Amino acid sequence: MKVLTLNFLSCAVKTCKSSSDSFPLHPKEAELAKDDVEINPQLLVNVLPRIDWAALRTTSTELGFPTLPDQPPTAEELEADEKMLQELHTLLMEMQIVEGKLVCGHCGHEYAIREGIANFLLPSHLV
Amino acid sequence: MDYLIRFSQSHETFRLPEIQALAVIEGVDLKVVSYSLDPATNTSESPFCIVTLPSEDAAKRLIRRSILVQTIHGLWGSGPTLEDVHASVQFRTPQFWSRYLTCSFKFTLDSYQGSRTSEEKVRLINSFSYLAFAGPIVMKNPDEEFILFEDWPWGSTVQGIKEPKHYYFGRYIATGARDMPKKLDLKKRRYISTTSMDSELALVTANLALAAPGKLMYDPFVGTGSFPIACAQFGALTFGSDIDGRSIRGDSKKNTLRGNFEQYGLLGGLGGMFTADLTNTPIRRKPLGTNSDGVRGRIFDGIVCDPPYGVREGLRVLGVRDPEKTWVTSKGKEMYKLPDFIPPRKPYSFLAMLDDILQFSAQTLVDEGRLSFWMPTANDEDQEIPVPSHPYLETVSVCTQVFNKWSRRLITYRRIPDAQVDQEAMKRWEAEREKLVGKTADELNPFRKAYFNKFEVEN
Ligand SMILES: [Zn+2]
Repeated sequence: MKVLTLNFLSCAVKTCKSSSDSFPLHPKEAELAKDDVEINPQLLVNVLPRIDWAALRTTSTELGFPTLPDQPPTAEELEADEKMLQELHTLLMEMQIVEGKLVCGHCGHEYAIREGIANFLLPSHLV
Repeated sequence: MDYLIRFSQSHETFRLPEIQALAVIEGVDLKVVSYSLDPATNTSESPFCIVTLPSEDAAKRLIRRSILVQTIHGLWGSGPTLEDVHASVQFRTPQFWSRYLTCSFKFTLDSYQGSRTSEEKVRLINSFSYLAFAGPIVMKNPDEEFILFEDWPWGSTVQGIKEPKHYYFGRYIATGARDMPKKLDLKKRRYISTTSMDSELALVTANLALAAPGKLMYDPFVGTGSFPIACAQFGALTFGSDIDGRSIRGDSKKNTLRGNFEQYGLLGGLGGMFTADLTNTPIRRKPLGTNSDGVRGRIFDGIVCDPPYGVREGLRVLGVRDPEKTWVTSKGKEMYKLPDFIPPRKPYSFLAMLDDILQFSAQTLVDEGRLSFWMPTANDEDQEIPVPSHPYLETVSVCTQVFNKWSRRLITYRRIPDAQVDQEAMKRWEAEREKLVGKTADELNPFRKAYFNKFEVEN
């Protein structure tokens, strides 16, 4: 799954929903792969307001990517900044998490990722 | 100017909602002048529809990704008799005739549900000789094609009916996307299951949900990926989940959901697929608001799905009825930590699931984002399941595909801005939702119950 997906996912455990530590999930032993995808600036501009920027900064650092600026660019800034567009495109649209785990910072539950598919099904004692 | 749309002869109730959705996607000002749909049978005897559009360019854009439109034509004339057609052509279009004096052209006769002898065809076409086009007549790829359409009553050949109900005369402008369902045809797709939606209706669904380049679409019952593939074909970035991760994973080789995207060269449109249950979704959500900015905190432009009907197995949701049952561990091993672990499930209701889909959509769709989902119902009015509602969602269209004893509907909603929501209605909605808790599976799944009663009405 694309790294972008990670920005939309929090811990599935109901009691974790109210905790800010349950998002973003933290990749562990993550194996990455890169798909070659044509850059689509319009898509990145559309995606920008849906992104939790602070969470994306955390994810980017945890996966070993360059540190993102403190504040997200505005749509106009992003459109005019080719370097930023390319960096975000690579991080969000091209990088895939293929194997590994996603860990909740609140309850510690680990969600396995295999063949790019994360499993968010919970055992009954966590439902 | 008026344009004539000629639809393909199927899925009658889907036709207008599709072109109306395409008008939204393309930003085209569309007015439907005439289209007849019999409300009793939901069928239309006629594949012809007259619309008003600002320009020929708008006409081309309107139908370029239409699955149900065959062709669109500039309407030069129409009427119940050939004389009426000539009168309207001579009244409305003389100012255009000079444009086509020297180009290559051909005339075609399209007799819907009727037939004509070659002599009659020649006579009908020659009746337009006053147009005085002097260019070469070319049968293959002419510069211009003029078509006389005839709309005959059903069974007219057998009944010996001599005249069509209606005539239309128009100049060909463009063809819809009829090749797209062929490209995505299930018969040639690497990896499918018995519940995969056929490519034609999956593409129509993607149109109704306004899938387009730069948009984010999600299917919470993704299966082998029919809807995300259709949305990605229109340029959207797609996400999906399924309670059964095996449907996404396939055989882990070529026959996988990802393999399907690869087959069509759509990998760029594959955002992320994961195993999850809608009742315990990992997708981040904010509580519904009263004055948000319309985007922030929400994720998707469209949600498309064909939820499980629960006919064969009854709907299941994760969890066990008896928490003492020790399925979590087996032979000292914590099973749930295995990547392929599928927890047992407890019965889940159809109605509760519909509410979950609506609530989830209200929380995650941006303003003007759309939910399009399929829902089965009995044909008998007494057993019909009403269209579910939610105060944050406005019904845009209800399309019906009729089978022998039951039908399925494609229901489309748009997310309205918070400020337009009736908060009192929302309180009532939440109270109704609470009532669903604790009812039996059959009470909660009227479709399943009707199915097992063979759609007979109870006395
Ligand atoms: Zn957690």
